[in-house]
Amino acid sequence: MMGLVLATAMVSPVVSPAACLATVPLLAVNPFTEPVGVVHYLIVGAVLFTAGIACMTLKRNALGILMGIELVLNGANINFVAFASPYLRADGAPTLGLDGQVVALFVILLAAAEAAVALAITLNFYNNHATVDVDRADDLKG
Amino acid sequence: MTGMLDMDIMDISTLTPVVPPLATTLAALSALPIAGINWHSVLFLLFAGLACGFAIGVVAADNVVRMALYLVFSLGSTAGLFFLAGADFIGAMQLMIYVGGTLVLLVFGVMLTAQAPLVSIKPSSSDRMLTAVAGASLLSLLLTAAFSVDAWRGPGVGVVPAPSATPLGMALVGVRVDEPPAGTPVGGRVGYMLPFEIVSVHLLVVLVGAAYLARAKRRRTPRPIDALASAMPVEPVAPAATVAPTGRSAGGAKSALVGGGR
Repeated sequence: MMGLVLATAMVSPVVSPAACLATVPLLAVNPFTEPVGVVHYLIVGAVLFTAGIACMTLKRNALGILMGIELVLNGANINFVAFASPYLRADGAPTLGLDGQVVALFVILLAAAEAAVALAITLNFYNNHATVDVDRADDLKG
Repeated sequence: MTGMLDMDIMDISTLTPVVPPLATTLAALSALPIAGINWHSVLFLLFAGLACGFAIGVVAADNVVRMALYLVFSLGSTAGLFFLAGADFIGAMQLMIYVGGTLVLLVFGVMLTAQAPLVSIKPSSSDRMLTAVAGASLLSLLLTAAFSVDAWRGPGVGVVPAPSATPLGMALVGVRVDEPPAGTPVGGRVGYMLPFEIVSVHLLVVLVGAAYLARAKRRRTPRPIDALASAMPVEPVAPAATVAPTGRSAGGAKSALVGGGR
């Protein structure tokens, strides 16, 4: 696709920026007038997933890591809901149907359960070590 | 009155002496290039921008209270995205369980552990660089995968789907009332009765376990937080009888006295 864009830009001597943008998918259409598709939701899910992974790797506060886990689960949930929706496909045939929504519901419930247990563990760790810095949780290091 | 309701914008603009503000407003609106605007797409862009921006804000913020606040906004905007995708029940559950339950839990955790040096633990700049590189590569991989399927790219049909709460509830008790997709074998779909029961028992076990883990308990050994508190000289002159020796029995008795009320 990028090669096609470059070839188009090289063949035509004078290319307006609008014509250049029109060869890139998703920029050729006006986002305010075109209905959204599955890929729009996938972009949002990818951004939330990446932010969650970055949060889990970057933060040293245990609660920050928990928030990263919540973001990751939400990014996955957005993908499930997008694949479940018949509204977003051009042919109106969703990939998952209602099953995607059921799985998203289970993910929300399991995330709540995970947050409860992880928060209890964090509070226990705080009571024992007077900190929530995960870099200082090295009691089990051999 | 019914004749006025039947009129379109052009006819209303002829009624300028009767209702001048409304007619001029409508004429001005029809002159603006908003006629072809898909409001579903506009709302999607709004909620998507809020969700992505606040998610990046969670990563960028160092203060844990601000991170919790940004997470509330990000998850709330995600609920808006669920509504726009036609998953109304999932959006409501997102608001009630995530924003109303999980995040209240997280904010309580933040408040219980928000000592002054722990509110903002800053990562090192080399960690930031490494995370930025890893995140950018992961994001490019995910976006490449998202754009790689043509069927996902096309604009939607724009059909407003039926409310999904009833089929969802029926599927959770084991009866599928939603329309099966093409190619489904006869009797090839099952309900979600067993996962529903497993999840409910799982939630019960988890809540009992969380209450067990976070309960107030008497301690045999002094906690570092108590040692820290007892190391600080609160009273200028301590009587000789209350100066705790470093022996295990006396320290244990003291810490049990201190920690018993928690």
